[in-house]
Amino acid sequence: MSALAMNLTASAYLVSAVLFIMGLRGLSGPDTARQGNVYAIIGMVIAIVTTILSPEITSYSWIIGAMLVGGVIGLVIANRIAMTDMPQLVAAFHSLVGMAAVLVAAGAFLNASAFGITDAAGNIFAASRVEMALGAAIGAITFSGSVIAFLKLQGVMSGAPVILPLRHMVNLALGLAIFGLIGAFALSDGAASGGGHLLWYIIAASFIIGFLLIIPIGGADMPVVISMLNSYSGWAAAGIGFTLQNNALIVTGALVGSSGAILSYIMCKGMNRSFISVIAGGFGGETAGPAGDGGEERPVKRGSAEDAAFIMKNAGSVIIVPGYGMAVAQAQHALREMVDVLKSHGVSVKYAIHPVAGRMPGHMNVLLAEANVPYDEVFELDDINNEFATCDVAYVIGANDVTNPAAKNDPTSPIYGMPILDVEKAKTVLFIKRSLASGYAGIGNELFFADNTMMLLSDAKKMTEGIVKALG
Amino acid sequence: MDPVEIVSVSPFVQQFSIFVLAIFVGYYVVWSVSPALHTPLMSVTNAISSVIIVGALVAAGPEVWSISKILGAAAIALASVNIFGGFAVTQRMLAMYKKKPKPAASAGKGDAK
Repeated sequence: MSALAMNLTASAYLVSAVLFIMGLRGLSGPDTARQGNVYAIIGMVIAIVTTILSPEITSYSWIIGAMLVGGVIGLVIANRIAMTDMPQLVAAFHSLVGMAAVLVAAGAFLNASAFGITDAAGNIFAASRVEMALGAAIGAITFSGSVIAFLKLQGVMSGAPVILPLRHMVNLALGLAIFGLIGAFALSDGAASGGGHLLWYIIAASFIIGFLLIIPIGGADMPVVISMLNSYSGWAAAGIGFTLQNNALIVTGALVGSSGAILSYIMCKGMNRSFISVIAGGFGGETAGPAGDGGEERPVKRGSAEDAAFIMKNAGSVIIVPGYGMAVAQAQHALREMVDVLKSHGVSVKYAIHPVAGRMPGHMNVLLAEANVPYDEVFELDDINNEFATCDVAYVIGANDVTNPAAKNDPTSPIYGMPILDVEKAKTVLFIKRSLASGYAGIGNELFFADNTMMLLSDAKKMTEGIVKALG
Repeated sequence: MDPVEIVSVSPFVQQFSIFVLAIFVGYYVVWSVSPALHTPLMSVTNAISSVIIVGALVAAGPEVWSISKILGAAAIALASVNIFGGFAVTQRMLAMYKKKPKPAASAGKGDAK
């Protein structure tokens, strides 16, 4: 390639990278977000077209065929997926990025001259070997980890943590082995006949460690896991970017990597968990915590849909606290209908979202948006928490642990210190729940037994529809 | 020969500089993303990280048949699922975010659906 062509190509990749940054910047608010997505799409088109026009690419039939197949599958999935299933979809998409990174690294290794990463003797540069090995290893971890996350979120695999004996030792040994192999691969001659087989060992070991890292993590920690895998997929892309010496890929990898890391941090903070303890796994699932037992005989105030309708119709203000249970019951549309009726009775209604409500960051906001809830009625924890003290009704639908006062009052509780929505300060708490069982974290909730709480024991959707009917 | 003229920063260090700066850009840009849009943020970062397709294109590009070409084509297909699917699902989600209609307390909005 001539110097001019190379500079033009590099400039085009720079334009793509800038467009990607502008795309993310657009997400600072719903008004600019759609425009941002268009910028990102343009950036992608520029990157792909620039690459296809480069002189190394001489045959197009496979490229077009593969893009058509993948593109059609992607579009069909994107149009059919239910918004409640977004966490699974994102996990599945992460696994594809991971696998693509592994395949590109393997392809680059097997045909290194096409990638321009060989010296005069045909050996791959040592630096390139390290870069491709790192990209492949992180990609493989992303792939197998995301597959497990997908299976857990899809419900194919139980959300309960799977604790293997000696798992920390095994993981440590595997991790060290991967680093050792990468070192050996860097020092080898890098030809397929010589140290080349080391790359396959690195990839195999990484697949295994990705699998082992995610199986002990319980369903309650899935928002962190998804964000973490999001981050990994970025670092894998960046690793491949170094191999290809492609700035668009390096910049994008860095953006995605830091984005996922920030989301992981926000999710950990939302649960008052340290990142390390999430990675160590074993939290949540079926094992009931100490406070979970003995609650059965205690009296709770139960109510019917008619009782709830009467209370809310006569209320001045209602705050709705949705959680994952709302998504499971697909109750968001019925909920919006209920709110419309309440508003027609002159009741002011707002929504309060906890950072870890749902199974991925921002999941509740999307579900409410899908049900045509205007986004300016939906508030984050910090913005609305003071208003519970002055509101008449808190309507808790499918949320549990994020409302548990034990996080503030009980230093022995596993969720002590977690920021919660102060629903107990509302005049009346209407708490919809299937049963009095403990929540996802396996902890009992004192709120059920409070004087100002009325338990509406039913399916979230049926109860909400019943209230709509009773509001008439 | 003046040694100053032949000494230059290695390409790796240049790329690494870009990488580190991009992490900082990412850090500040992502903190400014509205928490209400964190799910679309994930789907769009997913789509853009599939720019890894540029590597797959190089692998699948040569005329001659090779394992590398097959791997490249497979990677193109996987990345394309992400690119098309990721951008499309992001657009679908973002289209749902609507503001409150002008007459603040109107109960009838959206009932046509």
